[in-house]
Amino acid sequence: MKIDPIHQFNIEPLFTIGHIGNQTIAFTNSSLYMFIAVALTAVLMLGGGRQLVPGRFQSVAEISYEFVASTIRSTAGSEGMKFFPLIFTLFMFICVSNLVGIIPYTFTISSHIIVTAALAFLVFFTVLIYGIYKNGLKFFKIFVPSGVPIYILPLVMFIEILSFFLRPVSHSVRLFANMLAGHIALKVFAGFVAMLGVSLGAVGWIGGILPLALTVALTALELLVAFLQAYVFAILTCIYLNDAIHPGH
Amino acid sequence: MAEKSQGAPAKGQKTGAHTEADGGHHGGGFPPFESSTFASQLVSLVIAFVALYLIVSRIALPRVGGVIDARQNAIEGDLAAAQKLKDESAAALKAYEADLASARSRAQAIGAETREKLNAASEAERKTLEDQLSAKLAQAEKTIAATRETAMSNVRGIAADAAGAIVQRLTGVLPDGGALNSAVDASLKG
Repeated sequence: MKIDPIHQFNIEPLFTIGHIGNQTIAFTNSSLYMFIAVALTAVLMLGGGRQLVPGRFQSVAEISYEFVASTIRSTAGSEGMKFFPLIFTLFMFICVSNLVGIIPYTFTISSHIIVTAALAFLVFFTVLIYGIYKNGLKFFKIFVPSGVPIYILPLVMFIEILSFFLRPVSHSVRLFANMLAGHIALKVFAGFVAMLGVSLGAVGWIGGILPLALTVALTALELLVAFLQAYVFAILTCIYLNDAIHPGH
Repeated sequence: MAEKSQGAPAKGQKTGAHTEADGGHHGGGFPPFESSTFASQLVSLVIAFVALYLIVSRIALPRVGGVIDARQNAIEGDLAAAQKLKDESAAALKAYEADLASARSRAQAIGAETREKLNAASEAERKTLEDQLSAKLAQAEKTIAATRETAMSNVRGIAADAAGAIVQRLTGVLPDGGALNSAVDASLKG
């Protein structure tokens, strides 16, 4: 029996939508799970009723709302609430798709760098365009920290500019690498169970208890990571947007 | 790595239909880095993300936010109403206590007044009674004194008569009135 932990990341075209230049645009398994995440989020946010005393379903929607809203208020201030829909969409999209991805045989869309990079660049350009639109040239004060002696200022500015432009890289790779590594680890340990059982028979099935227990533990860890990475992505978005709203901090 | 020879022809259709072969050669075959799938993913991502953004910003967030605001308002309204009722009941209690206190003081005043009036009336009655009694007493005393005077004067007359009779019997001579009277007076005084 062969363990192939990479197989789960394959993009399988389900049907072709059209062509852009030479590129075939297909509706893939990734697309399917994107729309599943959208549908689940919509059901979650809209299916809960509007009671004065919320039920469980409605509570989940309201807790999500309050959670993201308080995250924005605490990191970007009340002016950051302008970006509430954007950050809420990012958070729910990543969180729901990550959680769906933990279910066996599903596909995890954020395990592809192109998806996380697209989201990270969306945030990056939102920050850049809104920052310049709102503050004009004052936006570039974020590269000039106050209270730095003039003789090391060029060095500090260089580091600040570099870190600003590396933000989309770290922002996207963090999510991508976490999901990729977690799913590979899960697959490897789960594969050990089957491999031991098939190759060693009864002894192998008993020996498989340990990797099975590890798989269960890793699944729990991945549940945490799935939520946490969505939260980290959202809170970093808030922090970056805070730069655009209040430069010079 | 045994599939490496099979992997090479499968490279043409890299979309993942033949996955065993793709898994065989890493590097170029690592799905997240297969640039031929990027366009499809990006198109789907844009459609899905924009759709979710529209659902969230147009419908979901206003709706959930509205419910939360309505609840907040309802709670605040209820709390304000409760506070108002509490204030009202406190004011009513205070008014009741003030009424009670004034009623009590008025009752005390009425009681004191009545007591005083009754005292004065009984005092006056007692006084008139006393006056009447003392008047009666004085009259009685006067009557007694008059009676006594009369009685005394009668006694003197009787004594003088008796003395005259005694002297006549003893001496056979009737003593004259003046001497008799003075002698009786002297003995009465003594």
